[in-house]
Amino acid sequence: MKTSDPLGLACPVPRTDADRVLMGHGAGGRLFAELFDTVIGPPIGADPVAEDAAIVAVDGVGVVISTDSFVVTPHDFPGGDIGSLAVHGTVNDVAMRGARPVALTLAYIIEEGFPTAELARITASAARAAEQACVHIVAGDTKVVERGGADGIYINTTGIGELLPHAVVTAAGAEPGDAVLVSGPIGRHGAAVLAAREGFVFDLRSDSCALAGMVEDMIRASGRRVHVLRDATRGGLAAVLNELAHASGAGIRIEELAVAVPDQVAAVCEVLGIDPFHLACEGTLVAVVAPEAADDVLAAMRARPEGEGAHRIGTVTDSPAGRVTARTGIGATRVVDMPLGEQLPRIC
Amino acid sequence: MCLGIPGEILSIDRSAPPTGTVDFGGIRRSVCLAYTPEAEIGDYVIVHVGFAISRVRPDEAAKTLAVIRALPGALETELGVGQ
Amino acid sequence: MKYLDEYRDPVLARALLAELGGLATEPWTLMEVCGGQTHTLVRQGIDEMLPAGMRMIHGPGCPVCVTPLQTIDRALAIAARPDVVFTSFGDMLRVPGSETDLLSVKAAGGDVRVVYSPLEAVRIALAEPDRQVVFFAVGFETTAPANAMAVLEAHRLGLDNFSMLASHVLVPPAMTAILESEHNEVQGFLAAGHVCAVMGWREYEPLATEFGTPIVVTGFEPLDLLEGIVMAVRQLEEGRCEVENQYVRAVRREGNTAAQDAIGEVFDVATRHWRGIGPIPDSGLALAERYADYDAERRFGVGDLNATEDPRCIAGRILQGGALPTDCAAYGTECTPRRPLGAPMVSTEGTCSAYHLAGRTAAPQTSPAGRNT
Repeated sequence: MKTSDPLGLACPVPRTDADRVLMGHGAGGRLFAELFDTVIGPPIGADPVAEDAAIVAVDGVGVVISTDSFVVTPHDFPGGDIGSLAVHGTVNDVAMRGARPVALTLAYIIEEGFPTAELARITASAARAAEQACVHIVAGDTKVVERGGADGIYINTTGIGELLPHAVVTAAGAEPGDAVLVSGPIGRHGAAVLAAREGFVFDLRSDSCALAGMVEDMIRASGRRVHVLRDATRGGLAAVLNELAHASGAGIRIEELAVAVPDQVAAVCEVLGIDPFHLACEGTLVAVVAPEAADDVLAAMRARPEGEGAHRIGTVTDSPAGRVTARTGIGATRVVDMPLGEQLPRIC
Repeated sequence: MCLGIPGEILSIDRSAPPTGTVDFGGIRRSVCLAYTPEAEIGDYVIVHVGFAISRVRPDEAAKTLAVIRALPGALETELGVGQ
Repeated sequence: MKYLDEYRDPVLARALLAELGGLATEPWTLMEVCGGQTHTLVRQGIDEMLPAGMRMIHGPGCPVCVTPLQTIDRALAIAARPDVVFTSFGDMLRVPGSETDLLSVKAAGGDVRVVYSPLEAVRIALAEPDRQVVFFAVGFETTAPANAMAVLEAHRLGLDNFSMLASHVLVPPAMTAILESEHNEVQGFLAAGHVCAVMGWREYEPLATEFGTPIVVTGFEPLDLLEGIVMAVRQLEEGRCEVENQYVRAVRREGNTAAQDAIGEVFDVATRHWRGIGPIPDSGLALAERYADYDAERRFGVGDLNATEDPRCIAGRILQGGALPTDCAAYGTECTPRRPLGAPMVSTEGTCSAYHLAGRTAAPQTSPAGRNT
């Protein structure tokens, strides 16, 4: 592919020479970052630090707000559906700023011809998920588009919440020496969806669940010593760690063998040639905490079913800044790079 | 080249072409067994793009590991000596 | 996973490295000719831990990388047609042609679908009789039996809407070309384990003898690669040049005869152009005349789309082992996985991509002690 650089100047600033949006731009990796930095962010004056939710001051009170869209197909997957996923994803985004989610909106874009029974089922699933997460669905919208659009149904949400006392959680908060923790084994959602699409029979279930309660326990246990929280959705563990390293200007070093990958997730990755670090999770978070708080935070996570697999995977370093490295099984060091775009099965 | 993963044959359907259900560490998929006609249920095959291309020989596999485990230093390294 | 995890044991890997350290007395140069092996070597950092100044040169082991530019352009032309469902392995989707790539064609409205197995393409053709289904058949000998079966199945089912764009390449002729090159520095080869599972290793015996080069058929896991390297170095230290088999659990000397028969039925050996290397006689597979109906090039008359490579891309030298990605002026700057100038940066098995994903900014530093930080 010829670059749009006829003078052959090597410019390190990423430019997009794609005049069309690709599927990869929605995959939460490098392509997305480029699209955001060059096309979406500048006109709206977006904050360069990428957070899961924003804190807005309303009459001096900090309100946490986040938005998300859910376009997953198939709409049903082992461990959930687009309705429960929408609630969990929104609740988690708000929780990742150290907040208690309070309410969310639910907006539907529905394809003409979509079965109403399925719509009812999805809505009931969303309602159940909201009740379990102790949040209210307070507003919504419904649009119908012509046959061919919306892949059946798309859901958009907005979540709001209130900051927890003593919580100061930001993507830029990682400090050298901090412990890097994960709340459970990685890759379950991505593997479940991928395996279903590729015609595998398996027992994998998406990890889709609400993490707000666990976050509250973690903040109660260690307050300001919880520096960063991030749920590892699109782009997986690799994307989250790279975003944090970049936002914090720090390095992150992990032990490859310390990262828990369930057997069936590993199997799907082996057969399709995919890196488990790039697979989405929907109920697993990364926490970066002060080193003296690591044990308390792990205990808080493990006290809940959704955190029973919590474990430490690495440490924040001061260099190389912005880089994520992993010590491999044989003791060498490799860089864990930001995933580029979509995860494509390979033969090679 | 090329991604080939070992899996266990759980069932065989001897139509044309023959296929089988192969288990890879807990997940299962249909695999074309046309090129491993000698493989039976319980055998492991190397699967590439949905085709079994070779039957794994358990005796040879064991020999490979045995040779490596017999290397000077393999046991010592395991015990953490000399690190 | 059985027959996989055992060959990743870090303790045994370090024992093999120690064995190698005690064995090697010279800075031997070895080449692996398989993208999957390159991937493991680079991702695990094995090539940075070799002792005695030894080095691995990464050969043309990625069929994605060596697919000729004009074949890619033909694929893109076919994929852009509204009557076509273009199916491909995932590896090919981001490989740049002269102007665009399959992902961009898809974004512009082309019906481009990733398949895991070539038989899925046949199933799509059966399910959608009003569309022309084309399968992009790229690969080494390992994939040829699967692609052959797709043609045989299409024939058995009497499908008139299935065709294949074939770009198969064979390994032994490429190895010969490298060994015959006046710039050759390769002293020993690791032969691709799964290629040999299909083809056996008889074809390599004359090469080992004629060029005095040890060749070891090697698997893909860290212990396989390390053992293969140990076996090659032992031959070099002892002055032998034979074909040996490390991957004994999956490879026999005669290979898989059923698979070879299918390849012989559906394909003929042909001269193939290797991207970055040039034409090598008898180095590829083309559809046999009796299956010409399934040749997508003929069906769609894409003819000779001539293409010129980007001059900044030194893929040719890299694929032949004459240069490392870090030797390329465009590596990491104008040429990145996001915006590749050539195929080795796009394919996950390509040397340049493997280096970039591992964060390599300089050539692997090996020392007599063979330890990196």
